[in-house]
Amino acid sequence: MTLMQKFLGAAAAIALSAGASLAEPALIFDLGGKFDKSFNEAAFNGAKRWAEETGGKFLEIELQSEAQREQALRRFAEAGANPVITTGFAFATPVEAVAPDYPDTKFVNIDGWMPEVPPNVQLIGFQEHQGSYLVGMLAAMASKSGTVGFIGGMDIPLIRHFGCGYAQGVKAVNPDMKIVANMTGTTPAAWNDPVKGSELTKAQISQGADVIYAAAGGTGVGVLQTAADEDILSIGVDSNQNYLHPGKVLTSMLKRVDVAVYNSMMAGADLETGGFTTLGLAEEGVGWAYDEYNAPLITDEMKAAVDDARAKIISGELEVVSYYANDSCPAYDF
Amino acid sequence: MDKMPQWADIVLIPLISLILAAVLSALVILAIGENPVAAFKLMVEGALMRSAGWGYTLYYATNFMFTGLAVAVAFHARMFNIGGEGQAMLGGLGVALVALYIPWPHWSLAILGATAGAALFGAAWAYIPALLQAKRGSHIVITTIMFNFIAAGLLNYVLVNVLRPKGSMDPASANFPDATKLPTFRDMFSTADNIMFRGAPANVTFFLAIAACVLVWYLIWRTRLGYEIRAFGFSESAARYAGISPVRITVIAMLISGALAGLMSVNTTMGESERLVMNSTEGAGFIGIAVALMGRSHPFGVFLAAILFGFLYQGGAELALWTNIPRELIVVIQALVILFTGALDNMVRMPLEKLFLALRRRNV
Repeated sequence: MTLMQKFLGAAAAIALSAGASLAEPALIFDLGGKFDKSFNEAAFNGAKRWAEETGGKFLEIELQSEAQREQALRRFAEAGANPVITTGFAFATPVEAVAPDYPDTKFVNIDGWMPEVPPNVQLIGFQEHQGSYLVGMLAAMASKSGTVGFIGGMDIPLIRHFGCGYAQGVKAVNPDMKIVANMTGTTPAAWNDPVKGSELTKAQISQGADVIYAAAGGTGVGVLQTAADEDILSIGVDSNQNYLHPGKVLTSMLKRVDVAVYNSMMAGADLETGGFTTLGLAEEGVGWAYDEYNAPLITDEMKAAVDDARAKIISGELEVVSYYANDSCPAYDF
Repeated sequence: MDKMPQWADIVLIPLISLILAAVLSALVILAIGENPVAAFKLMVEGALMRSAGWGYTLYYATNFMFTGLAVAVAFHARMFNIGGEGQAMLGGLGVALVALYIPWPHWSLAILGATAGAALFGAAWAYIPALLQAKRGSHIVITTIMFNFIAAGLLNYVLVNVLRPKGSMDPASANFPDATKLPTFRDMFSTADNIMFRGAPANVTFFLAIAACVLVWYLIWRTRLGYEIRAFGFSESAARYAGISPVRITVIAMLISGALAGLMSVNTTMGESERLVMNSTEGAGFIGIAVALMGRSHPFGVFLAAILFGFLYQGGAELALWTNIPRELIVVIQALVILFTGALDNMVRMPLEKLFLALRRRNV
């Protein structure tokens, strides 16, 4: 075998492996990072489940800077990754800009919004207010002090949307219930500030709250920790966080980002694009977590009430008002 | 004379520092079970072997040139401006205000306006620490770094409460009007059947940065003001004796430095994102310190060092895309280069100086 042949062989091998990588899906995490125990981690778990079940491989990147958003989208699209899945609303603008350049690649954005969706883009949103309504009911039923808390991450309409559903759930159980709500901050740093989360938790406890719902990404880790230390109940978000402090986390509002990622990867290149997918209670896109860690906290009565409300929301008998409808909330003034 | 020959000072020391940093980085990559040779190849291929890769490398390099020059000018007056980050943030605000509220007919006029806005805001942000240093002796290192935090807080407030379009979730300004869109390298160098620099953010601001390099060289070595700045930097008492006002030179040098740092945001804000985003500076103000140190505060050295750091940034992004090296370790690799070329400069310099001295003695 001459040296030339070796080179040719190596080149062929590279070409083959490049061809094999064509159908690999790609997943781009937002700046919060892969292991935030919440939103991004849910996306990662969905991808991991897909990889384990199909034996496939996926490309992934955790961003370091803003300029990398477009770069990562383009590089993955050029490498033949399909579909390219992005997490977080901040990706909506770059995806909208890049997608027309790669008509054969399908892009998915979770949580984003665009005025007009390009034909090769699919947006996936969640009816967070419905899931939050259910955990709000649980919070009101579990509270003994008559005051419950809500700690949001960054103060954006999306998080008010969470808080609004929660407040409606609380008021549905007991209209006299007091709700205290705080936002961690006004910048993306608010998604990953567990220390501030902990301080806000203490402040809300001093105002009488004995159940606190954290819709704050990585900041929620601090909320759950402090709530457990101070012996009150907390509610997790996005992923099932009940296991973090068994017996202290009342439940978690599940936002099945993992299902969205898993389904998109399963569909692969055949993914349907060009519109919005909204996942609510009916599609099991949102819900509340019930497992061995929080079973002792949930009485049969509570479970029955929540299951009943869930069925009513699905059937349309009960409507949870969305904060987006007119940028205000009927149950709480943010 | 116990000095090294100039070529050793300019070429040999940075080269040895780089090799040391590369060896340590290779060990780090080995330790996490990846192949350092493959990683290096990936970086070179991704950053230098494709035109789009160059587009990113030069985009980052443009940022580092401005902030490197900013630090270099302050160095010549023996001041350590580590507030480049804050000055660039405020520069971004200047660019955004100019781009959003003045109806520009053409980009060529808009870039002039944006340059003025960025320089003005950057310089204004450096003015207060400069005055505190000159009049009150408050140390410039402390005040400039504190001003970084104030700048971040101020920008945060303005973006969230003033510039953010209604209904938007992102803490960012509205998109700039189309007339202010700067031509990218793709617009400039592509032909109809050969698209170059596809999707890369490098834009016409790169040439602004080169012009800034030339102007700074002219200022420092060919003008009276530059002479005064250097004289003040070499010896304050001698400068004072020669009739140079320390207050005046401190303030002027810092104003120029702040203006240069502010100019960086023309590239990031007008050239890349075309709107003002929260963290558009992304540490370039601090990288500028390493760039200036490595470039020996000479504009040409700054130019070369900026391209090297641009390569490291773009190469790092390629590593993140195609390998399982976690982003924290990519930052470690970038930090090792900064550590060796900037902070540990003397570690290489002193033994080398002794070596040259010994060689010379033997020759004599």
